Amino acid sequence: MVNNIDLKPASEFITENKPERYIYDVGAGDHEIAISTKNLQVSYGQNLALSEGDLSFERYKITSLVGASGSGKSTFLRSLNRMNDSVATVKGNIMYRGVDINTKAIDVYEMRRHIGMVFQRPNPFAKSIYNNITFALTQRGQYTKQELDEIVETSLKQAALWDQVKDELDKSALALSGGQAQRLVIARALALKPDILLLDEPSSALDPISSAQVEDTLLKLKNQYTIIIVTHNMQQAARISDYTAFFHMGKVIEYDLTRKIFTRPKVELTNDYISGNFG
Amino acid sequence: MNAKSADKIATVVIYMISGIVALILIAMLAFILIRGVPNLSWHFLTSPARAFEAGGGIGIQLFNSFYLLILAMLISFPIALGAAIYLNEYSKKGRFTTIVRTAIEILSSLPSVVVGLFGFLIFVVQFHFGFSILSGAIALTFFNLPLLTRSIETSLAQIPNLQREAGSALGLSRWETVIHIILPAAVPSIVTGVVLSAGRVFGEAAALIYTAGQSAPALNFTDWNPFNISSPLNPMRPAETLAVHIWKINSEGIMPDANAVSAGASAVLIIVVLLFNLSARKIGAQLYKKLTSA
Repeated sequence: MVNNIDLKPASEFITENKPERYIYDVGAGDHEIAISTKNLQVSYGQNLALSEGDLSFERYKITSLVGASGSGKSTFLRSLNRMNDSVATVKGNIMYRGVDINTKAIDVYEMRRHIGMVFQRPNPFAKSIYNNITFALTQRGQYTKQELDEIVETSLKQAALWDQVKDELDKSALALSGGQAQRLVIARALALKPDILLLDEPSSALDPISSAQVEDTLLKLKNQYTIIIVTHNMQQAARISDYTAFFHMGKVIEYDLTRKIFTRPKVELTNDYISGNFG
Repeated sequence: MNAKSADKIATVVIYMISGIVALILIAMLAFILIRGVPNLSWHFLTSPARAFEAGGGIGIQLFNSFYLLILAMLISFPIALGAAIYLNEYSKKGRFTTIVRTAIEILSSLPSVVVGLFGFLIFVVQFHFGFSILSGAIALTFFNLPLLTRSIETSLAQIPNLQREAGSALGLSRWETVIHIILPAAVPSIVTGVVLSAGRVFGEAAALIYTAGQSAPALNFTDWNPFNISSPLNPMRPAETLAVHIWKINSEGIMPDANAVSAGASAVLIIVVLLFNLSARKIGAQLYKKLTSA
């Protein structure tokens, strides 16, 4: 028994064999790719926030982006639908449906209707619940009242909020609780029928119960949407995502199936992070 | 002396200083109201002023003040709104923005009598507008513009960036986001700012002495055709306002009841300005409540 204390941890024996980076090639199998990035570089002024971000995301799966604060994961996410355009310089290619959407020729407003985004803090408009959902729709297209009613009902049901608000759709959205507001914001994004849903720490400002509701919602949405989510919560990443990408100091260190990352990470640094040694 | 007693002394001193500020205001209000309110009557508020005999009122001046205020607001609000939207939503750091900001700052620190003289030379003399409501409204616009711009800009800046991100994440352009999301959310605070600035404009005298003039010709309150010279709506007629009237009576009033008229007019002016100030926050709060919980 005494001998056990002298035993070195198993990981020390195989350190040499461990790679410094590992990126699973999603495209190699017969997986359908929803969006992918190549040579993505994001800099704020002189500071390079993200230097290597080559990832492909499988369609109808949930991918978590994890990493410490300042690791570049949010920067990466916000670049995907070009929310960083006004504050940062984004170089490289973002391929979506065979088109590089990181070019001047792209109509970003139209593109963002395909690639929706939900933020850390719920941000409903100072409008009624109903108008929060229909506003962006009616700005662009012609809808009958009946069509709008249907869209409102469907998207609220998808976001698991319908039962709680169906009788007060004309009430101000600002009166909703944090968890309800966040699900309204998700419903608002879904109403545009996007292809991809980007979520930037969508439950970190919520209490555990609301957070669990948001997670359930995301799992239900998986059948119809490709979801990419930034999270600080390791359990959340392990619970809901199919793939996980670990970011560190502006680089993707490891990208693999979630179950592999959380059981047998190939890179030492990933192991350190998910076991809570830093971060 | 230990920290605790130092804190006690500081607290007492700060309380006293704040008390003195409040006391000055209360004393002034009390003085003006006690002297003025007994002179108020329906007749005083509605009848025209008399230059040589007792019993004149302030009806025309009161009307002129409100009419000028409305015109000045109609001109200055759209400009201030546009400038504020530019500064808060569109401007990037650069030479042009710096110039605009500096211009607004300098404009806001110009003494109102200088604004009045400028209005006199440019609009009254050069453009041949004469002493008129129009000249006065433009001078008041110059006076009001920087303060109103800044107050609207502050209102817009209070709307969290989350709202702008929400708009662009839904594929709305910056313009759509500003017009349909940011502005409506800022309405309560903008309204508060507008009403407060209305109070300031209402009491302004120096900018108007040389622009809107110091005479209040008789008006025919049954004639609402703005092209007739005796119509209250005619923007080209000279229009002494309440604040100018008070200044004028006190400097060269020769009616026997000059003191009473001046005291009464001052009380009316103060009451209106107070109403503006007190209602501003109330209206803003009510609007906010309506917008957020309806």
